[in-house]
Amino acid sequence: MTIVAESPDGELMTLNMGPHHPSTHGVLRLIVECDGEVVTSCQPDIGYLHRSIEKIGEYLEFPQFVPYTDRVDYVCAMNANLAWCVAAEALYAMDPASVIKIPERAEWIRILVAELNRISSHLVAVGALAMDMGAYTPFLHAIALRELINDLFESICGARLTYNYVTIGGVANDLPAGIEPRIAAALDQIEREMRGFNKLITGNTIFRDRLAGTATISAADAVAWGLVGPNLRGSGVDFDLRRDEPYGFYDRVEFAVPVGDAFAGANGRVGDAFDRYIVRLLEILESTRICRQALKHLPPAAPKAADLVGGWQADVKAALRKPPKGEVHHRTEMPRGETGYYLISDGSKIPYRIRIRTGSFTAVAIIPKLAPGLMLADIVAVIGSLDIVLPEVDR
Amino acid sequence: MTVVAPPGKLTRQRVLELASERFPAATILVRPNSVPCLLVEAAHLIDVMQFLRDDPALDFKSLSDLAGVDLLKWPGEKKGEFLHSELMVVYQLHSLNHRHHATVKVILKRDTATVPSVAGLWPVAGWFEREAFDLYGITFSGHADLRRLLTPEDWTGFPLRKDYAYPESYGGVALKREGQHFDAGPYA
Repeated sequence: MTIVAESPDGELMTLNMGPHHPSTHGVLRLIVECDGEVVTSCQPDIGYLHRSIEKIGEYLEFPQFVPYTDRVDYVCAMNANLAWCVAAEALYAMDPASVIKIPERAEWIRILVAELNRISSHLVAVGALAMDMGAYTPFLHAIALRELINDLFESICGARLTYNYVTIGGVANDLPAGIEPRIAAALDQIEREMRGFNKLITGNTIFRDRLAGTATISAADAVAWGLVGPNLRGSGVDFDLRRDEPYGFYDRVEFAVPVGDAFAGANGRVGDAFDRYIVRLLEILESTRICRQALKHLPPAAPKAADLVGGWQADVKAALRKPPKGEVHHRTEMPRGETGYYLISDGSKIPYRIRIRTGSFTAVAIIPKLAPGLMLADIVAVIGSLDIVLPEVDR
Repeated sequence: MTVVAPPGKLTRQRVLELASERFPAATILVRPNSVPCLLVEAAHLIDVMQFLRDDPALDFKSLSDLAGVDLLKWPGEKKGEFLHSELMVVYQLHSLNHRHHATVKVILKRDTATVPSVAGLWPVAGWFEREAFDLYGITFSGHADLRRLLTPEDWTGFPLRKDYAYPESYGGVALKREGQHFDAGPYA
């Protein structure tokens, strides 16, 4: 529903939402102009978390940058590690002489941890959206499920949030003994409890009608405004880099790509906030499918790390000494959509330029377009449904 | 999962050939260990970009990325390649219908550093260009709202330029402690 703001005397109120506001998912300041409850304009003010990670990268060797990618997006740090590492590997592969051959087991471990992290990231997204809409309990259920994955990651790499696990050429260490049954059990539990989660909130009429038709983004707008990932697919655009430009072993797994389909029923529109929510829920289930396939394909561990089948870390000492002089633009599918690394190398050990294009950046950029005409409380629904993570916006 | 290329998919080289046949001012730049890209003069950028976006065979409806680059410390190369002391804007284009890609580059003089804004073609460019303006000091002419994006409004200098000097203080607050040494980095 679009309401045109009209005030007899034309007087508007300016409201500052944030930078410290529970519903802005980090330090985001929104300068909202409103006429009563109706928003007439909304300007995001970002940069509170700007650390200039791109500049820091120009001072570090390629492998040294991995821990910084954790801080690009700490909600899905495994995916952030992976995005950097596959981009750096793509740069090395521009010269046939310096291609890094990654062991098969490492590739499957990467898919496993990336998809587990995608599940935990989407759990935060759907839980936080419910919390933003006033339903606190589902958030706690989602966070409790996420703890399962954090525990698994703690066993795998010792950290719960910023992992520094994926490396150029593989992963930092092999999976610990006996972790596979624990992962399988956690996947079972997540699938079981997501049914409860859906009963609790997804089918809730108040929640559904609240999001139905709210902040609808057409497919053409989503593309023109550079939305990516679940936000793009929520608008009905069938595009997923894992399927359409596969990297790693993503071309060896079967999964469906959910797209928005006016899931909210009669009041729903393709590309509304509810569609974005449902797409994330469906992606959680698809990620559990991918994890199971990765567990099935995982070759047994070999004694040597650099073993091309059962190893977990390619022998990159020789290759990493000198990347080719050239450039690459590589895109990977993170939970918040396409992350593009544009890398320029002058042939030295240190990158000449690192450019990180993230999904949340464009998701914030579309807010000034979506906001006019919305009710003030819907701004919270917009932020929640776009799943914005602020360190990724500011970098 | 096997990926079937859509019938309209063109190679990067073919895309660039179509553009440079139409606009002789746009040249194809092939460098080692890099994908081929289109080098366009700033004066012709909008025409070329409009063609790339609207031609049905090309159909680049998506601007994946817009990156500024400072070539100040770029190591010497033979003539005809990147030159020193210039700035560069790199556009990454993608077609969702045909699934093909293109890279477009514009080289700018360091002292003027002005390029037309493509925000009228792709709204997403609005913020990308604000970021490049903020961090590289590149002016995008025709941009409706060209302000700093990530750094504070009263910040001086452009942090991602290779000759950027870290400020002594900001707003009366010392940013360098006594005796603190900032490594000028590998390119100093």
